[in-house]
Amino acid sequence: MTHLPFIAASYGVTAVAVLVLTVQAVLRLRRARTRLAQLEALRKTSTR
Amino acid sequence: MSALPQSAVSPPQRGGLLHRFANPGRFLRLARWLTPLLGWISAVALVAGIIWGLFFSPADWQQGDTVRIMYIHVPMAILASAGYFALAICGVLTLVWKHPLADLAAVEIGPVGATATALCLATGSLWGKPMWGAWWVWDARLTSMLVLFFLYLGHIALIRAFDDPQRGYRAAAILAIAGSVDLPIIKFSVNWWNTLHQPDSITLTGAPTMSMSMLAPLMVCMIGFSCGFGALVSARLTAAILESRARQMMTRRIAEREEAA
Repeated sequence: MTHLPFIAASYGVTAVAVLVLTVQAVLRLRRARTRLAQLEALRKTSTR
Repeated sequence: MSALPQSAVSPPQRGGLLHRFANPGRFLRLARWLTPLLGWISAVALVAGIIWGLFFSPADWQQGDTVRIMYIHVPMAILASAGYFALAICGVLTLVWKHPLADLAAVEIGPVGATATALCLATGSLWGKPMWGAWWVWDARLTSMLVLFFLYLGHIALIRAFDDPQRGYRAAAILAIAGSVDLPIIKFSVNWWNTLHQPDSITLTGAPTMSMSMLAPLMVCMIGFSCGFGALVSARLTAAILESRARQMMTRRIAEREEAA
């Protein structure tokens, strides 16, 4: 392949950015779900 | 995807089309199946499109293999503009209808759109160096794209800059609408001015000027990145709604405790 370092750098930087955004979104979603479930459980125990 | 907590999903409400989609509970029910669907379509299309583009599509007769950067650069450029257009639509919905979901959507679209713009600029630069002999030129297309990146950064900063979130949403909405002037400039810059950047190879009105053997993997990559963009925004928006619900529950709990005390 001609200009391989430029092609590899393009794909590499894109892969890193997409991976970071994906992991960040998944972790944030998981944290938000857990937090809400905890608060719901707390509310249920306090209303009993 | 696991089931959402009960407090996250409010009962369906009746109303006009706009207000139906202003209901966060309705969005959460939609996102529960839409986010993983978009994510899987994106993953499959990106693997197929990138392998096709890197190993099976032909090299360009002038640019050689460097043309393979196109399979990332072009989708990122289109998504950067589309993302900002979505921000402008959210801005109109915020200012005219005070659409609560549009406010949260604007907060979440900004960073994803800014990343697409940064990737468009970075891959463009990596394509430009071997082809033009320069990492950067102050060409109309490149400069208007850089302006779009700064508009995204301004939007991200402005929407989070106020203690009262409503003020941030309104200020950022005005910036998004005013900044959308840059979108036609980006699109038509290669026609209006004599630029180093090549003219568009794909237009809505004319036949594409590139070979089908290159256009097909480009379209597959375009579908992959677009679905990925949608999945990311949908996941971030879901998280934002759940965080907002958790904050409301905490505030209510504190208020109840204070009342009891």
